[in-house]
Amino acid sequence: AGAPLTDTVPLQVVPGADPSARQLCFAWGPAEVLVCETLFGRAGGFRSPPSRFWGEGGAGAAARALTGSVAGTGDGAPSSSRVFVVRRDQDIYIQTLRKLFNESHGIFMGLQRSEEELAGKSRKAQLVQVSKNYRSVIRACMEDMHQAAVSTRDPALQGQYSTQVSILSAMELIWNLCEILFVEAATAGPLLLRLLDWVRLHVCDVDSMVREVLSSESPSKHKLFWNVVDVFVLQGRMDEARHLLSKEASANPTSMNMYKILDDLMKKMPVPNLGNTQTLTELELKWQHWHEECQRYLQDGTFASNPHMESICKILLGDEDAILEKKELMTTWYHFLVTRLLYSHPTVKPMELRFYAQSSMDLFLGGESSPEPLDMILMAAFEFEMHQVIKECSIVLSNWWFVAHLTDLLDHCKLLQSHNLYFGSNMREFLLLEYASGLFSHHSLWQLGVDYFDHCPEYGRVYLELHIERIPLSTEQKALKVLRICEQRQMHEQVRSICKIMAMKALRNNRLGSALSWSIRAKDAAFATLISDRFLKDYCERGCFSDLDLIDNLGPSMLLSDRLTFLGKYREFHRLYGEKRFPEAARLLLTLMTAHIAPCSFWMTLLTDALPLLEQKEVIFSAEQTYELMRCLEDLTAGNPDKQKFQDDDVETTKVEMLRLALARNLARVIVKEGTVEGS
Amino acid sequence: AMEDVSAKFVSQKISRTRWRPLPAAALQPPDLFATGSWDNEDNRISIWSVGDLGNAGLNGEYHGEPRLLCDIQHNGDVMDMQFLDQERIVAASSTGTVTVFRHHQNNQTLSADHRWEKAHYHVDQDTSWGGAACTGVVCNNPEIVTVGEDGRINLFRADQKDAVRTIDNADSSTLHAVTFLRTTEILTVNSIGQLKIWDLRQQRNEPSQIFSLAGDRVPLHCVDRHPNQQHIVATGGQDGMLSIWDIRQGTMPVSLLNAHEAEMWEVHFHPSDPDHLFTCSEDGSLWHWDTSTNVSEKPSFLHQGGRSTAYLSHSTMNQSVVSAWLSNDPTKDRMEITNLIPNQTLSVNSLDVLGPCLVYGTDAEAIYVNRQLFA
Repeated sequence: AGAPLTDTVPLQVVPGADPSARQLCFAWGPAEVLVCETLFGRAGGFRSPPSRFWGEGGAGAAARALTGSVAGTGDGAPSSSRVFVVRRDQDIYIQTLRKLFNESHGIFMGLQRSEEELAGKSRKAQLVQVSKNYRSVIRACMEDMHQAAVSTRDPALQGQYSTQVSILSAMELIWNLCEILFVEAATAGPLLLRLLDWVRLHVCDVDSMVREVLSSESPSKHKLFWNVVDVFVLQGRMDEARHLLSKEASANPTSMNMYKILDDLMKKMPVPNLGNTQTLTELELKWQHWHEECQRYLQDGTFASNPHMESICKILLGDEDAILEKKELMTTWYHFLVTRLLYSHPTVKPMELRFYAQSSMDLFLGGESSPEPLDMILMAAFEFEMHQVIKECSIVLSNWWFVAHLTDLLDHCKLLQSHNLYFGSNMREFLLLEYASGLFSHHSLWQLGVDYFDHCPEYGRVYLELHIERIPLSTEQKALKVLRICEQRQMHEQVRSICKIMAMKALRNNRLGSALSWSIRAKDAAFATLISDRFLKDYCERGCFSDLDLIDNLGPSMLLSDRLTFLGKYREFHRLYGEKRFPEAARLLLTLMTAHIAPCSFWMTLLTDALPLLEQKEVIFSAEQTYELMRCLEDLTAGNPDKQKFQDDDVETTKVEMLRLALARNLARVIVKEGTVEGS
Repeated sequence: AMEDVSAKFVSQKISRTRWRPLPAAALQPPDLFATGSWDNEDNRISIWSVGDLGNAGLNGEYHGEPRLLCDIQHNGDVMDMQFLDQERIVAASSTGTVTVFRHHQNNQTLSADHRWEKAHYHVDQDTSWGGAACTGVVCNNPEIVTVGEDGRINLFRADQKDAVRTIDNADSSTLHAVTFLRTTEILTVNSIGQLKIWDLRQQRNEPSQIFSLAGDRVPLHCVDRHPNQQHIVATGGQDGMLSIWDIRQGTMPVSLLNAHEAEMWEVHFHPSDPDHLFTCSEDGSLWHWDTSTNVSEKPSFLHQGGRSTAYLSHSTMNQSVVSAWLSNDPTKDRMEITNLIPNQTLSVNSLDVLGPCLVYGTDAEAIYVNRQLFA
């Protein structure tokens, strides 16, 4: 560990775009920023340096997370302008991290569902478990990344993976500390044990040395033997240290006594226990006693003949200089801090940590090197400056994943409530919005973003509405998934727009049936009318219906639009006619006009359809029906604003004449027939 | 039970999971499956091994996650996928192309054997030949039938370059899925709630029968046929409803069963134990429908009994409960329904069952294998 978050501040915010040579302009998008070079020279009033706008809204991470890509270039001439697409979350695009995003999404959702009613201890246990789950996902991801780094032969890729491993490792280190201090809020006593676990888990630079010594034929002869003993002592791994020492002791019978005394001291060292069987006062008393005993042995020179053992005894006494001498074995100031606490202040209280932390860092670094971002983050945690931790992480890390999830967890611990940001929503929501926006800018991960927006009460809905409209609807299946998201959230406008897009697409592809099902789904009457008109137009042109399977099975959806109703009924007329059910067909045809179901423009076609019925051997239209047909024809020719058209068009004129003739003949026949029937 | 399930996050959204078919008379459980991905910039067909029984623990339970054997790039979303035989996989693409991939087991590689470019297409007004998503594929070696958003039905033979038969404009709405009813007949479902039977021997480009949902024409997304009783057909709809049809009678489903809250993406009868049916959905659930009547004898997924040694033991019972699926009220004390995935949030796009094994894949970019369905 001691992960190198060492990158210096980037000089160039957008690689390739040079504000010193060209004036730049930019436009915010929901997930990306477009930066383009203008035609103006540098001299024109360039008001704000680009680094300024990244800082806005506390979104410091953006400045780190930029990937500039040249979306379009001109012909390469100096006068051509370029457009850069700048994305805000670089890590979203790392393939191996998709596991992190997906798995943590499940944990996040579980946390949102978890029961707030759980009281006190069980709620805390639940939250600690959630925190541990997040960390185990980070670790699993780290292992995958490590595997990838080991197995690749490409040195550039290897470097990339290794960087990711160290970033993930730093994230886990910070998270773990936050878990101890904020989520679990360990109290004096257990606090030290937790910190010891933390150091043991993360300071693994010495692990290989330990392995080497332990696996050697005779560890006590190994040149690094005492180093390993020291590592164990520094990390408070007393049993392991004693085990090693016993090997050395058996090899040196002369100094057996000295070993025994040291072993005894190490064995007797009082440690806080988690069982709560002893009070802190008891522990402090015991510890004081033991401390004095160590002091005595050191002063009477018991270990004087063996500098290794003497130094161990000094460490047990919490001698800062003696501990600092082992700087290389601790590798980090926070290891030094924990070791120091272990041997000087085992019952340290959470609020006292800040003093020891600051002085440990100062002592350890000794003015030789300045603290790095990671050091500042850990220091902020020791100081219980939660907001500072989150802010620093936002600035340093190249992703929003970490701060968004950590902040959400802390918020569930009810630790962040008082803090409101000046722009309305709270910090939790702000960070979740940023993270989810990043997900939405990704080709595949957008689905995860939806649930995060759902849990942003203030702006989540608006963000979702903006983003969801930008999802490309490449297949109907994908459109259905997007549609489902919108329908579940009653986003009516988006539902309509998606269905309209899909209906338009289907229409362009001459898929009238599909087009109609999309407009039925959106209950879009206007569009259903448009499609119905296309069907009718096709019918008029070809003389037969396409897509009968659809029109015959409209069912209740027929009622969506008048035109659709007409289409369905008109098709029914054709079916009746085809089945030679002439009286029913005739009645329906007439109703279509008299009940004004048919659009006026279609009356002529309907009347023409009546012709063969009028010409049947048997009389089909009654006298009354014939009068009505005649009225329809006269209404059409008289009231039609396109009257001119009829007169000009020979075909139409002939049609009207033929109709009039047929109607007159039918009337004559029906009068005779009806008279006969009535008379008989 | 959940603890028997092994999961793997695979960094791609999974649209299809399929067990490799077992050789005839094989007694061992399946050990290999294929997945297809969707909505990635780079989509893939992958072959996974679930390890051999040598790795199993003392009680026969299986630990360890699926292992990637090989994969190959696939152009477009994998919309559907079927094993043609033990070595070949047919994949349907959102680009309209249908590809036969071959899995070379000696050196663990995949290669494209044959490709029908734009087997499904739109005649666009502007561009002349736009590909249309191929939404469904079904194989009965050597025959391959595909359906698509273009409402087209294609019949291919694995060894022939051109389509054996194409029915243009077979459906005016989108065809969502296809399956074989008999060797010469297929079943299709479409986006206006219709189930159609097509007889491929007939030259007429019309379905031989049309079945339809009553009321709102809810789109149907998936279809499967009872493996032993071919007149029993199950379909899944946009509203998550499971419909059971008896294609010998009527034009409407025999029963409608409510389970999922969103699109049902796949429905599968258990191939050797068809009293059991499995469905998965956009709502993130995977339901097991159990109609084996004798509750006392029935192995339950709910309690962890002794190991089940013979997962085929139920097939003998089938004869006596012939019409469990067709009873008027299947929900009444005859069917046990279990959600196998509590707390899942993202869509379960695909599932496959074979022997005691279940595999499913999700939009949360994970694949899950349960090797002890009947434990």
